[in-house]
Amino acid sequence: MPVMFLMATMGLYLVGTAFFLAYLLRRSEALSKVGLGLTAAGFLSHTAALATRMMEAGHAPFTSFDEAMSFFSWALVLVFLGVEFRHRIHVLGSFILPLALLSLLSAAALPKAVPTLEPVLKTVWVHVALSMLGTVGFAVAFVAGIMYLIQDGLLKSKRFNVLYAKLPALDFLDRLNQQSILLGFPLLTLGIITGAISAEFARGSYLSWNPEQTWALVTWVFYFVVLVGRITVGWRAKRAAYLTIIGFAGVILTFIGVVVKGHAPVA
Amino acid sequence: MDIIVVGLSHKTAPVEVREKLAVPESRLGEALCRLCAYPGIKEGILLSTCNRAEVYAVVDQVEEGYARVQEFLADTHLSLSSEQLTPHLYWYTGDHAIGHLFRVAASLDSMVVGEAQILGQLKDAYEVALAHKASGVILNKLVKKAISVAKRVRTETRIAETAVSVSYAAVELAKKIFSDLSEKTVLLVGAGEMAKLAARHLIRNGVRRVLITTRDSHSAVELAKRFDGVPVPFDEFHRELAEADIVLCSTGASHYLIRSEDVQRAVRQRMNRPIFLIDISVPRNIDPVVKDIDNAFLFDIDDLEMRIEHNREERRREAGRAEQLIEQEVDVILHWLKSLEVTPTILALRRRAEEIKQVELEKSLGRLGHLSPEERGVVEGLATAIVNKLLHGSLVTLKAEADSAGGSLFVEAARRFFNLGDASAAERVTDPGRSIGPVPVPGCADTEHESPRQDQGKES
Repeated sequence: MPVMFLMATMGLYLVGTAFFLAYLLRRSEALSKVGLGLTAAGFLSHTAALATRMMEAGHAPFTSFDEAMSFFSWALVLVFLGVEFRHRIHVLGSFILPLALLSLLSAAALPKAVPTLEPVLKTVWVHVALSMLGTVGFAVAFVAGIMYLIQDGLLKSKRFNVLYAKLPALDFLDRLNQQSILLGFPLLTLGIITGAISAEFARGSYLSWNPEQTWALVTWVFYFVVLVGRITVGWRAKRAAYLTIIGFAGVILTFIGVVVKGHAPVA
Repeated sequence: MDIIVVGLSHKTAPVEVREKLAVPESRLGEALCRLCAYPGIKEGILLSTCNRAEVYAVVDQVEEGYARVQEFLADTHLSLSSEQLTPHLYWYTGDHAIGHLFRVAASLDSMVVGEAQILGQLKDAYEVALAHKASGVILNKLVKKAISVAKRVRTETRIAETAVSVSYAAVELAKKIFSDLSEKTVLLVGAGEMAKLAARHLIRNGVRRVLITTRDSHSAVELAKRFDGVPVPFDEFHRELAEADIVLCSTGASHYLIRSEDVQRAVRQRMNRPIFLIDISVPRNIDPVVKDIDNAFLFDIDDLEMRIEHNREERRREAGRAEQLIEQEVDVILHWLKSLEVTPTILALRRRAEEIKQVELEKSLGRLGHLSPEERGVVEGLATAIVNKLLHGSLVTLKAEADSAGGSLFVEAARRFFNLGDASAAERVTDPGRSIGPVPVPGCADTEHESPRQDQGKES
């Protein structure tokens, strides 16, 4: 059952992504409406996949890495639908949906057999859920950053094309960037704390400096600096956009660290 | 009975002719009464704006109507002879006339395609005609339709969406940098006409705080009163630069008033919040290298003009879509007009009576059982006699009134009384080869009510 729903979700997101990418280039509001409809349908199907998986497993389905990635994709689309509903920024879908599709595909491509987390604690899913929700915040900030740089570039070079017409105002994107980090950062903090606690139970040490933990800490420090920099010395606008794009690269390295750790013998 | 339009516009007549034909609003009613007094003219509307003078009329005979309206136009403006007038006039009838009215209302025929004022002017002209009972069933319906067509064009195409004047372009750009203008501050440097216009548009779009500085402190105080703003001494305005989210610069100075380091300092003080600078002075007052500063967005007059030209092209593209829409709507009106003709109405009325008679006869004859052919003949004769006697009066009146002034009113009434609806689809005449009037000439360099050239910053 869950596999069927997941396949349906991927199919819907794939077509939705195609529509949203076409929307970037064409002057047609209909494209975004279809894209949005497909996204909503995919989201429902994804929700069904998660729910059925949960009933099968008897616990929250975030114990393996592919499940975590699937949850990440789900939460990302949820946030997108929320922002879309409130602000009607259709073009956001052109950036977020490909990302959601990508994480779903990578989840599907990963070998299922890898037990990335030893379910020593029944509550280990809390760590995964919090970290992933934090990551969703950074992903939205990343997308806002990219959109900011594009719009900034178009305004600077005075290229008033279709994309310029569709992208929202610069200060909206900067605010979206800031709020996403403000939301993501405390969630990641809690994610790291709960992760350290479960590591203590699993391996007897809070911190073993494996690639996952190292990159998670680096990422955490980085976003902390970004946040403080914004408040104290005005790292906003273009600089904030660059920083959040770099920060998200750190997040991806953490993910790679998780996969690597999964393959390596646990210390 | 035909619809005609006779008139001239910015496309056919220079301003020297147009200004002579313009009828002031106070004299519009009197002119309309005179128009309707001409024989053969049943209904009339006079549309007089600075860019056009047109008479829409319902007439008995097209050629005679053209002549009468032309006579009327020449009479209204004694300084113009009919010969002087003729080369500038256009004449349309039928679907061409209807299409023309729709195109005018939808602002496809305007100097600035898509500008909104013409619709208001048409509504005013209609009000006057209504008040003086110059318009009747046909023109009333036509103008109402024209207004709704104009609204449809407005909502279904992007014809009026984009800015086509410098001041609008400035607002449009501001909205791509700031999502909410209501909490933003504008600094107006200099008092060029165009800058004032742009400031007014920004205020209309939500800006609440305006700082004003001019070399001559009196005019700053004066302007501050007008815009409900705060005057700033000219030699201190650099200090206020960091306060301003939008800087509108338009002075007569021959050197750069705002230099790169001023903007750099302002951006630093603003903690990298974007600052939007518009320089509409010629020669320029803001150092062009400012455009390379991060989070500072500088646009000069050429940038804005380029933006406007781009938008004009877009409007022209959208005009094509609007034309299609208008073509559909003209068909709808032609369909309705057809239903107002007397002959089809009489036929429809007869058919309707015949239908009712047959249905009722069948019912009654069925109930009466076996009647002899003779008896059947008597019953049928009775029904026919009642129907014919009842209809006779109405038909005679309809035929008699068909050519009178209120003819279409009678037809419309008959259709409603007998529930005949519009002319049935079968009666509809379609002519695929039909075109509707002239296509608007794209690329009017000038503009109707908002001219980018004229509102350019002159001297402060």
